[in-house]
Amino acid sequence: MANVPDNLHYSKDHEWVRVDGDTAVIGITDHAQDQLGDVVYVELPKAGEEFAANDSFGSVESVKAVSEIFTPVTGKVTETNDSLNDEPEKVNKDPYDEGWMIKMKMRNAGEVDSLLTAAEYEDFTKAESE
Amino acid sequence: MSQWTNYSIVMINKVTTHLSPNEALIFERSQTGRAGFMLPALDVDELSLDEIIPREFQRDDDLAGMPEVTEVDVVRHFTRMSTWNYSIDQGMYPLGSCTMKYNSRLNEKVARIADFANLHPLASESESQGALEVIYELQQHLAEITGLPGVSLQPAAGAHGEMTGIMIIRAFIDARDGKEESANRRTMLIPDSAHGTNPASAHLSGFTVKTIKSTAEGLTDLDHLRELCAHGDVAGLMLTNPNTLGLFERNIQEICRIVHDAGGLVYMDGANMNALVGIARPGDMGVDVIHLNLHKTFSTPHGGGGPGSGPCCCTKGLEPFLPVPRIVSTASGSDRIFKLDYNYPQSIGRVKAFLGNYGMMLRALAYTLTHGYDGLREATETAVLNARYIAHGLLSDYDKPFNGDPMHEVVFTDKRQARKGVHTLDIAKRLIDYGFHPMTIYFPLIVSGAMLIEPTESVGRQELDQFIDAMRSIAKEAVEDPELVLNAPHSTRIGRLDEAAAARKPVLRWKASAAAHAS
Amino acid sequence: MRYIPNSPDERADMLKQIGVASIENLFDSIPKELRLSDHLNVPAAMSELELLKRFREMGARNKSARRINFLGGGAYSHYVPTIVDHLISRSEFFTAYTPYQPEISQGTLQSIFEFQTLVCQLTGMDIANASMYDGSTAMAEAVLMAERITKRSKVIVSSAVHPQYLEVAQTYVQHAGINLHEAPYCAEFGTTLTDSFSALDESTAAIVVQSPNFFGCIEDVAALAERAHSVGALLIVTVTEAMSLGLLKSPGACGADIVVAEAQSFGVPLSFGGPYVGLFATRDKYARQIPGRLVGEAYDKNGRRGFVLTLATREQHIRREKATSNICTNEGLIALAATIYLETMGRRGVQEAARQCAQKAHYAAREIATLDGFSLPYSGPFFNEFIVRAPVEASSLLDRLAQEKGIDGGIALSRFESTREYDFLVCVTETNTREQIDLLVAGIDSLGH
Repeated sequence: MANVPDNLHYSKDHEWVRVDGDTAVIGITDHAQDQLGDVVYVELPKAGEEFAANDSFGSVESVKAVSEIFTPVTGKVTETNDSLNDEPEKVNKDPYDEGWMIKMKMRNAGEVDSLLTAAEYEDFTKAESE
Repeated sequence: MSQWTNYSIVMINKVTTHLSPNEALIFERSQTGRAGFMLPALDVDELSLDEIIPREFQRDDDLAGMPEVTEVDVVRHFTRMSTWNYSIDQGMYPLGSCTMKYNSRLNEKVARIADFANLHPLASESESQGALEVIYELQQHLAEITGLPGVSLQPAAGAHGEMTGIMIIRAFIDARDGKEESANRRTMLIPDSAHGTNPASAHLSGFTVKTIKSTAEGLTDLDHLRELCAHGDVAGLMLTNPNTLGLFERNIQEICRIVHDAGGLVYMDGANMNALVGIARPGDMGVDVIHLNLHKTFSTPHGGGGPGSGPCCCTKGLEPFLPVPRIVSTASGSDRIFKLDYNYPQSIGRVKAFLGNYGMMLRALAYTLTHGYDGLREATETAVLNARYIAHGLLSDYDKPFNGDPMHEVVFTDKRQARKGVHTLDIAKRLIDYGFHPMTIYFPLIVSGAMLIEPTESVGRQELDQFIDAMRSIAKEAVEDPELVLNAPHSTRIGRLDEAAAARKPVLRWKASAAAHAS
Repeated sequence: MRYIPNSPDERADMLKQIGVASIENLFDSIPKELRLSDHLNVPAAMSELELLKRFREMGARNKSARRINFLGGGAYSHYVPTIVDHLISRSEFFTAYTPYQPEISQGTLQSIFEFQTLVCQLTGMDIANASMYDGSTAMAEAVLMAERITKRSKVIVSSAVHPQYLEVAQTYVQHAGINLHEAPYCAEFGTTLTDSFSALDESTAAIVVQSPNFFGCIEDVAALAERAHSVGALLIVTVTEAMSLGLLKSPGACGADIVVAEAQSFGVPLSFGGPYVGLFATRDKYARQIPGRLVGEAYDKNGRRGFVLTLATREQHIRREKATSNICTNEGLIALAATIYLETMGRRGVQEAARQCAQKAHYAAREIATLDGFSLPYSGPFFNEFIVRAPVEASSLLDRLAQEKGIDGGIALSRFESTREYDFLVCVTETNTREQIDLLVAGIDSLGH
């Protein structure tokens, strides 16, 4: 069973958001990395780029698949996890911590309220796989 | 039912008495001062290099790193490496959608006739009449086989033929509707089961792709097609027939009608023509333009991944848009003259330098002429019979997701084996131990765990039986000894490679320093 | 002649086993009205003897194939060691397909890895793919790649690029939102006019040049790279005579960003224009933007080195309409021929063949320049091709040279540019002897007045 920490917000595209003041830290879920298999490359935006909620901000590649990743919230990228260039496997090994992807300054912190809770996300993935 | 025999596989340890398995890279074999060439001595007055080419334009690295080896080294190097390959000449190579049929040596001999092999592509037309006749005659035969009279042999491969065909559709619509009106028609419909080249080719021609669903039967969903065609934006449909599930789209006439009524054209991906040659013709079905793969249906060698050749055949109405130059004949009978004709102002242009992969045209014409009209049909019949025989033989052990009778290829899945944790990839790898090349796996994408099997006509009954036996034996192993399957192959020089590590830190070339580091 | 390993009885038996009444019933899923009622209108089957006779008769009408020739312009007559054709004719190479199953395709994969390495060494670039269809399509793909990398839409192409290559590029980009601007060449030197890049600006994705160019002249690639880079554009260098890489400074060393080439010169027969093999090389940082297949090193769990197709997520079978190219099949067997050629000739052989090409071509040029009425219009340095200006119409001069002297003396430029009726392109390689060159010189001298 995939790990779904309680303190995070989740999107239906399998991203997670950790709120830290007006900053959102974003990555993909344990379930998503498991579905993808060995991650070999992560394409991320540059700091300073702006995205609206549900925009594609990059992609994750395994050996034989590519998945786009979407921002669950609106805002400006303040930092990206450049260590994923050399060690994309962090997304597999530690999706919620060392495998984080971008930090964004949120335009509207209220947006996270419309995301799924851990329990809702778990139900969602269960329903999706049936 | 015949007697299915059980194969027992001997585990082979990776030890050997021969050097072949350890053949290094040529760069690692290189020794300063070895030479594998000899040219005649220079017989003209030599000037110092600086006098003819300024120093700043001369190479200054002395081609460092390029190998220095002898002819014996090269022959042994490639002969040893060749033993690591599986090939059609060794046995059945049932890659679905690839049509791995026998490559006749006679066709190779034809392609090497000096009067063709030594002919320069810019030789004048009057001095290359024989070569042009070959092109002209092959065009005639392909027009007859497809029922589509306009033919260009210029595209170098299937995907290149697709690009050509889709650009022809675009040019036709631009001409028909006018540029402005035509800008509203930029949607290309492609079934979810299509080859990846289809959407990529459509994109190159400036189209947006919309995906058509397949029905539970594995055919194009007519209702969905009608719905997608209702908005006036459809330029065309790209359809493989038989489709990539090996099923003939029996509603093909209706499909063509729907697309035509909506103002679009129908492009057929001819990858699966080995199921149709001599039996039915795309032109008669309502198809407007098609590409063929000479390296599939017409037996030109696959060569470890090319060269291909992807002729494009189309209706009379689309002919003005074919690439230039066209190869035409001025008269008939013995005094006819073959010419290059550039005078097609509506042409999409040139898609390749010179006239295409000419050597493949020679082989394809030789294939057509050696088979003749009855042989072409017999090849198709046998290809379909062989696929149906496999479909029947595997039904008891593997999940067949679609009930329809397949044509020249059949799709199975790993659904039953997956319950034990054995997946398509494992089955494919285990098949290697039984001496067969695996089938196409995980394609089409709409079938989970797909195994697409295309035996072609080049397989006899005994070998079909051996293949069926092998597959059934693997199904048994998947239940009784799944580890054996999961760790396959056991009989090859190397085991499964770590593809993730290879993609994370790609090493795409040999470097002197890396080699020094390794030793 | 056909190749179906089942007897009629076996086929009947198989039908019985699968419960199908007749061969015709195998095709029941095709509506009856679509099935052919009569046989195809193609000839009846021919035997091997008949077939060979037929092709040999057709071949005999390719008179050019037997002549002494000085034809270049994108396809070249070079010496091919005997073992090239021998080795590529091994079943294991020529009857295999794309190495989808690495465990039983290592022969092909390791060969491609060596090919990629050789291409990098020759072009002076970091990485190379497993080949493209040919030089012309490789150049078109390079233009598309430059647009992807820079996200700019203007591309400046030297008009001294092979005219057919230019046509192919125009076809490829016509729906890609890319505008091709032609830059003129210098009437004196025969090279691209670097000063006249009036279109060059910050919206330029790339400059495309060929060196040696269509007229045989060597471009100042380093200067062109500087011009391109000054506005953040890429420099794409095309090479049609790959043998020149044995002698000329590599495009990589001159600062090129993408190098494409036609490698027919490396052990591939002329074969009336194909199959040939396109080279495609670039910088490490563009690895994920490169079209076509790539082979990389990999290890199995016992630590044994092998090779696999890698970075496949760029390609059409995964990324579909967002792929870097629609290319699937490359030119595997021809790339293998080039690999075997380059390894057999080796470092010194490629250098020696290139040296002989240059020396012989310059000998021929010197001799022709002394002829009354003939001149060499371009003063720029060249490798093994050069333009000759004749005192009479070049195409009829060349026709007469072929008919009367048995020599294909070059390519009339009027075939590409109607205003250049007196100019023709002469190519000399290591296969042309001094005797042949002297015959050419005497021939055009005797007919050119």
